[in-house]
Amino acid sequence: MKSLYIVYLLLLIGVIFCGSSGLTSQQPVVDTEKSDQPTYGDTLITGSIGEPSILIPMLAGDSASHDVAGLVFNGLVKYDTDLSVIGDLAESWDISPDGLIITFHLKKGVKWTDGVELTADDVIFGYKTIIDEKTPTPYKEDYLQVKKAETPDRYTFKVTYEKPFAPALTTWGNLIVLPKHLLEGKDITKTDFARNPIGMGPYILNKWTSGQEVILDSNKNYFEGRPYIDRYVYKIIPDPATMFLELRSGGVDMMGLTPIQYTKQTNTNFFKENFQKFRYPVFSYTYMGFNLKHPWFKDKRVRQAIAYAIDKGEIVDVVLFGLGSPATGPYVPNTWVYNPNVNKYYYDLDKSRQLLKEAGWQDTDGDGILDKDGEKFEFTVRTNMGNRSREQTATIVQYRLKKIGIKMNIQVLEWSTFINEFIDKRRFEAVILGWSIGIDPDQYDIWHSSKTREKEFNFVSYNNPEVDELLEKGRRTFDIEKRKKAYFRIQEILAEEVPYIFLYVPDATPILHARFKGIKPATIGISYNLPKWYVPKNLQKHRMEQ
Amino acid sequence: MKDSRPGGNDRKGHMLTYLAKRLFEMIPTLFGITLISFFIIHLAPGKPTDVLSEMNPKITPEAREQLEKLYGLDKPVYVQYGMWLKRVVKLDFGNSFSTDRRPVIEKIWDTKQKLIDRRLFITFFINVLSMFFIFIVAIPIGISSATHQHSLFDKVTTVFWFIGFAMPAFWFALLLMMLFGIYLDWLPISGFKSMNYELLTLSGKIWDRTRHLILPVFVSSFGGVAGFSRYMRSSMLEVIRQDYITTARAKGLSERTVIYKHALRNALMAIITLLGLSVPGLIGGSVIFENIFSIPGMGQLFYMGVMTRDYPLVMGILTIGAMLTLIGNLLADIGYMFADPRIRAR
Repeated sequence: MKSLYIVYLLLLIGVIFCGSSGLTSQQPVVDTEKSDQPTYGDTLITGSIGEPSILIPMLAGDSASHDVAGLVFNGLVKYDTDLSVIGDLAESWDISPDGLIITFHLKKGVKWTDGVELTADDVIFGYKTIIDEKTPTPYKEDYLQVKKAETPDRYTFKVTYEKPFAPALTTWGNLIVLPKHLLEGKDITKTDFARNPIGMGPYILNKWTSGQEVILDSNKNYFEGRPYIDRYVYKIIPDPATMFLELRSGGVDMMGLTPIQYTKQTNTNFFKENFQKFRYPVFSYTYMGFNLKHPWFKDKRVRQAIAYAIDKGEIVDVVLFGLGSPATGPYVPNTWVYNPNVNKYYYDLDKSRQLLKEAGWQDTDGDGILDKDGEKFEFTVRTNMGNRSREQTATIVQYRLKKIGIKMNIQVLEWSTFINEFIDKRRFEAVILGWSIGIDPDQYDIWHSSKTREKEFNFVSYNNPEVDELLEKGRRTFDIEKRKKAYFRIQEILAEEVPYIFLYVPDATPILHARFKGIKPATIGISYNLPKWYVPKNLQKHRMEQ
Repeated sequence: MKDSRPGGNDRKGHMLTYLAKRLFEMIPTLFGITLISFFIIHLAPGKPTDVLSEMNPKITPEAREQLEKLYGLDKPVYVQYGMWLKRVVKLDFGNSFSTDRRPVIEKIWDTKQKLIDRRLFITFFINVLSMFFIFIVAIPIGISSATHQHSLFDKVTTVFWFIGFAMPAFWFALLLMMLFGIYLDWLPISGFKSMNYELLTLSGKIWDRTRHLILPVFVSSFGGVAGFSRYMRSSMLEVIRQDYITTARAKGLSERTVIYKHALRNALMAIITLLGLSVPGLIGGSVIFENIFSIPGMGQLFYMGVMTRDYPLVMGILTIGAMLTLIGNLLADIGYMFADPRIRAR
């Protein structure tokens, strides 16, 4: 599901990419030899299927643009490895006791790469640009919540909200800060800046050749210290098979692997000696959602029975080659918001049959399919075209449901048709889809009962007053303990009521050449500390012309 | 003095009228192509704004409408086509719908880049090379297959080229990449220049580009060679059976003269037309091999444009492709005229 990935999550990857220093990793370093001292030099070549289209973060909609722009621009805040929010361009910030005012104190002496100092004026300029109705940006919504923005002095930026808004803090990432001295009074959609940006991040755009590559050189004056790797090349290779061959031949140092490449094709001595592979959960999950207005699925017992009949472990093993984990709720395991103590619906056919019997479904005519009031239990699950793992998941679910006497048909539809004709018009019984989720746990748009209009995201029509209240509570406080309590309870309720059957959380599986050291895998991935990666002098491959 | 050849000036006049007529005929054809393309593209499910707005909980319905208005998508399709046509008549293909909103023409023919890095030039250059390659390989093969009909050579080449014709280009390309790029390590796998390109001398640069072009040109012309050698074979076989060839042989001319002077010229006639007709196939093939080999040409741009429903970009490339095809056909007809006196006389 392309669109979903593109906008919602990758905004956050942009934040993650911003680099950081002095982080204490929670997981041990893979295989950094202690004797190696970080040294400058060498080039990292990353392969990408897509080409960036624009390097102004707030206008970019695709992941390639955010990947590159994330190295050129930093934000006021970013995520730490444990997913807590830490300062980036902001030294610190204060939140007023009522949660309505956030005051950011900027680091002094940070410079744009053209030498001009970065001040609060640049922040407020960016803010004014993003809320300007002439700016075509998909990220406007969060900033429209701001009632007032001001700059009391050169290094202070203060925003006032109408209501306390917990995700607010994280919206001040790298979408927002733009150089006022270069862009003021210009039409941001037409400026040359989009292809020749001046940022303050770890890398500086050197050359962008359409359809071939984007070359970035390290920012020697980066405020968190000069990155060790001198050059970062974002190479555009539209065909995944070609990219893998380039990796094999040394033309690419880093790429994301498919499950089959990760488990089989790179499982050779050559790859083991020359490459390092990583694995961490992607902030997304795949689910089977029910139309809760449908007479059969209105009954909680039916939904629970189906949940018991599906073996999530089997789906992970078959569809993802084991590269993922079964999902138990709408959050990624091992994050602070994840509640491990909810009903996990382990595969249990007896319980499933029992629940169906209680709900009045029995096979009275002996044809192997359950029936009730003369109607057979037969329904259609719909999913979108072009996502093989969803299609395969549907097939496995179909096979499992047959065992408890439910006949499930599968319909695979082109994305726009699926959304416009079926989701928006509520013409579905069940769907298999996925959500990319933000790092912030706010999921108001997905579960709140007010979000059931056309084009809104509670399309399963979930309605639970307690959940509504908890969602409200969770987004109106900055107190992490209070938020945790609210979201833990939501997960319990969702597990009990099963509006979705949460199926699995896939893993990201990047591969990187072994000469790169200093990688510290964490929950948020590996790229967050890219400026601290290095290649020991004797292993350096590319020499830079000065 | 009388012109020794009948109707000399008159014939020149005929030719010019003929050319003018053909050029004039191209206009409605081009118009028809753009009309049909425009509607088909807009009928395809999906919208350019989908990338930014679908399933993004942060976007409000109002913001979506605003985006659609920005792109002019709120108007009926025929109005959109009218607007597009009005611009295109002035040779303005409009701005791309992708987030960078650059003019389409700048994406296809970026005057800020060197000629060799402009997308249209790259595609055009590779196609011309392919065509040349097809021509110089397919014709000799076709001739010898025809002159040695039913020989072992004929049978072997027949089987070989049928395999070539049937093989999917992308799969064949991957096999070649593995062989030459990894196991033998002779050629680069993909791209259009090496990482150290800027540091090379001029001859080094030319050699670098050549090395990058070998596989793509080979793959893109492979199917063509297979096809054209078959056409050439049958065309030649047909000509050899003609009475004038028997006459030539009866005159006591050497077999060489008979084949290469008398038969070849007539057999080539059909091939010229076919070569003109193969232009759209080559341009279409560019989309595939430019993606496999990561060659930054117009085909790759087209593929990306289709994936993001970038209507102005897709239409721009289709129009240019259609124009190239029509010009290719015209050139083939002109070539035909030169090769065949019967057409000239008409």
